Amino acid sequence: MCLRDAPGLPDFSLLKRLARDQLIYLLEQLPGKKDLFIDADLMSPLDRIANVTTLKQHEVDKLYKVELKPVVSVSDQLCFLIRPRIQTVKWIADVVKSDKAVGRFRRYKIIFTPQKFYACETVLEEQGVYGDVTSDEWEFYLLPLDDDIISLELPEFFRDNFLEGDQRWVTTAGSALRLLHFLFGPFSKVYGIGRCAKVKQVEDGEKKAQNPDIGNVFLIDRDVDFVTPLCSQVVYEGLVDDIFRIKCGSVEFGPDVTSTDKSLKVMLNSQDKVHVGETQRKKEIWWEKQRKKKRCGMDIKQMKAFVAEELKGLKQEHRLLSLHIGACESIMKKKTKQDFQELLKTEHSLLEGFEIRECITYIEEHINRQVSMIESLRLLCLLSLTENGESYGIEHLLSFANLRQIGLLVEQQPGETLTVMESKVGKLVNDKTAGKLTDAFSSLAKKSNFRALSKRLMLIPKTGEEYDLRVPRDMAYIFSGAYIPLSCKLIEQVLERDGWTGFEEVTRMLNGHEFAVTERGEQASEGRSVLMNELLSSVNTNITFPLAKGCKFIVLTTAITNSSRLLESLLDNQG
Amino acid sequence: MTRAKPEDDDWNSSKIHAFTFDDDDDEFTKLKESKRAVSSILVDDDDDDDDDDDDDVEKVSWSGEPVGSISWSVKETASSIRSGGEHGFPKINTAPSLPKQGSGYSLSSLFKASTRVYAPELRKPKSECKDYFSDWSPEETVKRMRKGKVYSLERFRSLQDKLLLLDEAVSAHDGNVITAVLIYLKKSLSKEIFFQELMVREIALRHYVHYLKEMEEQKTLVELMKLPFSQDDAIHVQDHYTLLERQIIIEATDKKGEAEIFKKFPRKASILNMPIITTLYYSCFYHYGESEGTFSSPANIRSTFRISEKQYILTALGARAKLKSWFDVDSLFNTKNWLGYTKKRSPIGFHRVVDILQKNNAPVQVLKDYVSLIDDAELKLSLAQKYKCHDIVIEMYRDLKDRQQLIVYQGKVERGSHEDRKIDQLLGNMQIRWKN
Repeated sequence: MCLRDAPGLPDFSLLKRLARDQLIYLLEQLPGKKDLFIDADLMSPLDRIANVTTLKQHEVDKLYKVELKPVVSVSDQLCFLIRPRIQTVKWIADVVKSDKAVGRFRRYKIIFTPQKFYACETVLEEQGVYGDVTSDEWEFYLLPLDDDIISLELPEFFRDNFLEGDQRWVTTAGSALRLLHFLFGPFSKVYGIGRCAKVKQVEDGEKKAQNPDIGNVFLIDRDVDFVTPLCSQVVYEGLVDDIFRIKCGSVEFGPDVTSTDKSLKVMLNSQDKVHVGETQRKKEIWWEKQRKKKRCGMDIKQMKAFVAEELKGLKQEHRLLSLHIGACESIMKKKTKQDFQELLKTEHSLLEGFEIRECITYIEEHINRQVSMIESLRLLCLLSLTENGESYGIEHLLSFANLRQIGLLVEQQPGETLTVMESKVGKLVNDKTAGKLTDAFSSLAKKSNFRALSKRLMLIPKTGEEYDLRVPRDMAYIFSGAYIPLSCKLIEQVLERDGWTGFEEVTRMLNGHEFAVTERGEQASEGRSVLMNELLSSVNTNITFPLAKGCKFIVLTTAITNSSRLLESLLDNQG
Repeated sequence: MTRAKPEDDDWNSSKIHAFTFDDDDDEFTKLKESKRAVSSILVDDDDDDDDDDDDDVEKVSWSGEPVGSISWSVKETASSIRSGGEHGFPKINTAPSLPKQGSGYSLSSLFKASTRVYAPELRKPKSECKDYFSDWSPEETVKRMRKGKVYSLERFRSLQDKLLLLDEAVSAHDGNVITAVLIYLKKSLSKEIFFQELMVREIALRHYVHYLKEMEEQKTLVELMKLPFSQDDAIHVQDHYTLLERQIIIEATDKKGEAEIFKKFPRKASILNMPIITTLYYSCFYHYGESEGTFSSPANIRSTFRISEKQYILTALGARAKLKSWFDVDSLFNTKNWLGYTKKRSPIGFHRVVDILQKNNAPVQVLKDYVSLIDDAELKLSLAQKYKCHDIVIEMYRDLKDRQQLIVYQGKVERGSHEDRKIDQLLGNMQIRWKN
């Protein structure tokens, strides 16, 4: 994805080691055998940091998942590794109280990660168990998912911050950034756009006198660019995510893919990637040759060597390969060509602002066919965002029949502010789903200016010549040549200009909050950069880097997402 | 053993192209070929060294989880409990792997460098702290709270001090601290005063609402929302309960399904927990015409939930159109104007009405009545053509004095039909001053 002469990446495995060390330290604060309860969200990240053996070495006896029901553990010491959620803390308090009620004495330890919230302590206090538990913070902020992707694994950031307006995670993100700065910095230049980003910019503190591994930082809020994650992904990894859900860098393939009756979990990162298409064919062909070669003219010694070394490596690759082929088949079955092509065509038209009426018709049919509520919703959102909320036929689309199908109503009037729309909608609808969605739109509190931005930044490449996906000339290859992700383009431009000068109209259309800070007057260093997306990059798709810069990009994000997760987080009734 | 050399012929000649969905059906067959190729190789090999897998493809248990992973052991524990016994934790025969500390960053150096306190909570003796508390301003306090240091909010007793504290927390952009301060204010202020101050502080208010939601304190939420500033959440919550009440009542009677209409159009689902609009639609479908006094009537729902005229008509239209009650549809749009004449009027464009009717297979007879009511001439013309409301098209061309188009259109109507003759008549009419 990136360039000739780019410097190598810093070694992020350090982050894992630090996290593990700290966890072990905390576990040892409760000496003796203990049972460990882990938050469901933390199981995958934890797996990448410390496996069961390590835990066992520090006297962890049994492992349980945090489920809001009575515990069956018989251990005298219970340790809880959780995200700071009130609901979870309430449950722990109940556990303690029910033990007390039957006269059972145990030791309880709560490890909050990445930090503890005061509200959680209050719950403990109110429930009268504050004195019965010890609590600590495991400051595990950064999980490397790949050589150049680090995630905070905080999917709740999006909903809490943008929907509920709760800034609880802002400091967390700041601490993460500060840690990076401390370990791999100092950052010489910080650019950014977005309310959250601006706050974070103030946070940067300590400096370390050393050769920085990371030079430039670009902070960007998710709500600067909602359009990109709503687009369908056509890159292999994106498709895998859409269909199978990649979690924490690995994906689970069910029996229909593995052609056995087992499911299989596979890690997907640069080391193990098997790309569809070229790589596959190449490998396949190579396999054929290997097979042929094996059949004829190998002597015993060669064969032995082959079997011992080559074959083992091949077998593994072979297994991976057949898995991915199985996955491909599955994907192709689910996204039948005809449907998917039409879907893509509609999306591309929406992005271009072309043939909108046809798009609306398509969306309406999609809703009527009741294929998938999330998909319909996604298309509606895309329509709304790209059309700047104008009622160009949207009224027609949002007829009662369609809405009945989806179960929600979002009505827009041209020219009216969102608050007025909200109050009208509030009267009409009373489904929690719809209420939340309009909340989401209103909390953006600004009108989308996608059309104008798209023109100004030339996000839609000119169609003229054939777009060769194998030799892409710009970032649009990610969406099969139709669209360059807005956020990526922004970053490219700002880095090229070394700031926001001359870009005022763009920043106005993005509602401001942009900044550029140079620390200590240093020049842009050996061209390493960090991208921080406040919340999410679509898998693979948004992690597209400007091709023209001679530098390596590292992505730091609060969580990886895609359109489904984005919308579901808005619709879900979180406890 | 060497890998394939690039100069091999069949390597170069093979077709390698990027995977796109634009390819024709060959993709599927190509995949099948690949699959066959790959699995056929498997047949040749001896499959007995399964145990030497690397991390890339992990060894899996029956449940599909990689052995040795957290999720695997959680499942194992759970199942061992279920199977009645509490066996010892399943043993894993892998050599212990101690973390390597080649990083150059020792634990202690990291701890010292950071301003946060890593060590577990220590309880400082009270005496040590008391002397400092009184010196801490709101700014100081908030700073300390952000860093996880010891703090005390009790000294902020006057309302003014409390508000200063709150505003300081808000400007620090730290949700954790903001919520903590709000919890304190909630405890130490009367509801009225607390709410009053929240009303004018939007960020603080949002945090408080979120906190209440998480604590599931619906009652307080509703009280908060009853205040004179509109929050849709409040309306939602209130309406939600009322609606549910109604739905329960309706469900109870309708479930029996005695009326004729339930036999003809059996219900597909219960009405419970459906959104307002769906409920309205349901009511328009099954209970149309009932008096406003009954809970199940559309009129009742409309007034209780303050449904706009537009929304009501849309919904009722859909329901009645589905039942093909064109008469009911008609009366939806009848209003008496001030002279006492009935006139047709619609808060939604008539083109929309036409669309909805058409989707419900309304006959052309019905459609044309509404097409003729469309204001926008262009739209009217195009829809009339689309739905073959010939009379309307003809009349419009006549009004536009567009002879050419009329001739063209004549080609579209059936020979010898009423429309055909009508066009002939018009074309022959000398009094019309055609423009072309």
